Amino acid sequence: MTHSLTRPDVLAGLIVVALNGYVLLGGADFGGGVWDLLASGPRRDRQRALIAEAIGPIWEANHVWLIIVIVLLFTCFPPAFAELATTLHIPLTLMLIGIVLRGSAFTFRAYHNGDSATQLRWGRVFAIASSVTPVLLGVCVGALASGAVPRAGKTGFTAVFVAPWLTPFCLGAGALTLALFAFLAAVYLTVEARDVALQEDFRRRALGAALAVFVAAAGTLAAALRGAPLTARGLTAMPWALPLHVATGAAAVAAIGALWARRYGLARLAAGAQVSLIVWGWALALYPYIVPPTLTIAGAAAPEVTLTLVLWAVAGGALALFPSLVYLFRIFKRS
Amino acid sequence: MTDLLAARLQMAVSLAFHIVFAVVGIGMPVLMILAERRWHRTGDRLFLELAHRWARGTAILFAVGAVSGTVLSFELGLLWPRFMERAGAIIGMPFSLEGFAFFTEAIFLGVYLYGWDRVSPRAHLAAGGLVAVSGGLSGIFVVIANAWMNAPTGFDLVDGRPVNIDPIAAMLNPAAFAQTLHMTLAAYAATGFIVAGIHALHLLPDPRNAFHRRALAVALLVGAPAALVQPLSGDLCGRVVARRQPAKLAAMEGQFRTEVGAPLRIGGWPDERAGETRYAIEIPKGLSLLAFHDPGATVKGLDAFPRRDWPPVAVVHVAFQVMVGLGSVMALVGAWALALMACGRDLTTHRWLLRALVVAAPMGFLCIEAGWTVTEVGRQPWVIYEVLRTADAVTPMPGLVVPFTIFTLLYCFLGLIVVWLLYRQVLKSPAAAAEAMPVGARSREGV
Repeated sequence: MTHSLTRPDVLAGLIVVALNGYVLLGGADFGGGVWDLLASGPRRDRQRALIAEAIGPIWEANHVWLIIVIVLLFTCFPPAFAELATTLHIPLTLMLIGIVLRGSAFTFRAYHNGDSATQLRWGRVFAIASSVTPVLLGVCVGALASGAVPRAGKTGFTAVFVAPWLTPFCLGAGALTLALFAFLAAVYLTVEARDVALQEDFRRRALGAALAVFVAAAGTLAAALRGAPLTARGLTAMPWALPLHVATGAAAVAAIGALWARRYGLARLAAGAQVSLIVWGWALALYPYIVPPTLTIAGAAAPEVTLTLVLWAVAGGALALFPSLVYLFRIFKRS
Repeated sequence: MTDLLAARLQMAVSLAFHIVFAVVGIGMPVLMILAERRWHRTGDRLFLELAHRWARGTAILFAVGAVSGTVLSFELGLLWPRFMERAGAIIGMPFSLEGFAFFTEAIFLGVYLYGWDRVSPRAHLAAGGLVAVSGGLSGIFVVIANAWMNAPTGFDLVDGRPVNIDPIAAMLNPAAFAQTLHMTLAAYAATGFIVAGIHALHLLPDPRNAFHRRALAVALLVGAPAALVQPLSGDLCGRVVARRQPAKLAAMEGQFRTEVGAPLRIGGWPDERAGETRYAIEIPKGLSLLAFHDPGATVKGLDAFPRRDWPPVAVVHVAFQVMVGLGSVMALVGAWALALMACGRDLTTHRWLLRALVVAAPMGFLCIEAGWTVTEVGRQPWVIYEVLRTADAVTPMPGLVVPFTIFTLLYCFLGLIVVWLLYRQVLKSPAAAAEAMPVGARSREGV
């Protein structure tokens, strides 16, 4: 590092922390919906019940990480938020519809008891929305990384509002996000499952998802070399790139090894580390930009006074929230 | 339909939908913890059943509120990127604080809804208390941001760009106190009244039903005092509008001409072309008295403003009449109920009060929708009052009629489902409720 971290850098980092929280917690809730969709075999209903039980008390709290990402983004980097929301209007709107349907359908299913046909239909809506939403999130994240978001110099509806995100690279990023969320969910569910048969179901699913992650990551990287040179350069040429890839790879191998050895607690830890490293790798590939290739973190930052106040608010919020979150997870989750 | 109109309608639909769930998220936790506390105190299991039942309703409504609120936070940028680009640094602060308050709310709602037999009764009640407090705070923070759009402070405008930004001064804007007080009271009044009305409906044919009697008492405890003092906070809001947004006040009152000793118009239909409000009952000097506490005060009419700075007069005036009219009815019904309770009377023997409560049940929500129409439509054509026009804030994205249609259909559909589920889960009488538990039984059971 040639220069010390500035205040905008710190806040951009905090946004990545919140995004990381959303991916690890909210992402796994979406992944749960994927496994609801793919529930099969003699224990199909018990798989679904386990997923619902695991998500029920926590999904709303997990979802708030996304809201934190958005409010920090528009408070600390208003031009970046405006640019993203303009260019990515279509995938973001589709993602919101997915978020609304996922949350509503999950709750409707839970409270529509006594009518199993209707419950089944809500379950289907929940599962499909859970599977589509992560793809759209990944598409948006991919579009940002590929440097296609800024509108300057573009004309025409397709060039401004469609071309930046409808690319092989972005679709690859969408598939990778879906695979990662499904992977996280399956690994977490091996810990949550109370009996060996269900544990085995989700162990197999976790291993399958790990393979899907590998394929999607390879495909996305290949597409990046062709379609997103900025990301590709960030992910290959930077001094931190190699250690990061080594660490990510080590975490992935550790997660698969732990799953293989049925050490589920360890697998959960390694999978979380693997996914977090991917999030931070993406963020570092963007640095020092927030909307590459035009808006830098420093250039898009709100005035110092706003950033200082937000830092205090985040510090105060963290002080109150972390004990609360620990309390929530201690009540409902097995360690 | 122009893109600007589609964007405004999509925002209106999203806000009108979300506000119902947001209000319930502020009001219901208070009802739940009051019922649960009574169960702790008296050991009367009907109060526990009540808390359970209200919690089920709250769970459904909170989920829809959480996701529709997420939609709104994105829509600020999806529909109004030029607004957020300028306002984000000034007014993002209360949104950030709201984010943390909402986080607290979601965490402890999870504990409350799913933790009945996992945490101690005291911890459970405390979790409910935290949901109530953080729910109230969430609402206050969001309304502070809205108040800033009406009375923007905390920056200087140089060449159309905000400089010298002071987010604290922006939060302490002149409209913030009146608006947050008015909205918080509205949330308690609306929730209390709709719950009271539902249980009053059950008590009309079955006045001895112990379950509904307890529910009615708790709901009125929250709703009636709030409805009773609400006109005072409304007066405070009105006077802030009179000072800060005279064009909005003129539209609310159908005041086309600037006038010394302006009359208060009740009802009536403002005709923008003719420049007069017809068929209204006029109380001489009433508006000057109410808005400035001086019967001789001059009230600016719409004629003091260029035509392009007028809000849509008829919509604002009618919405304001609806809010004030229904709000007054609620205050009267609330006073009636409180007077009977203060005298120790049995409310269920006063059938006309029960009928009035049934009729007043939806009024709080109608008032809230009408009141937000006054605030938002009355601010037009500005998104930031006298700083940024709504037309200059809209996204360049074409075809906005498509997302507007999709969200409208989606929300209509979800609204129907929610009503149906609440009917099944909450509104039907519990089977065993007619057999009242002995009220004096003080032994706490179970857990």
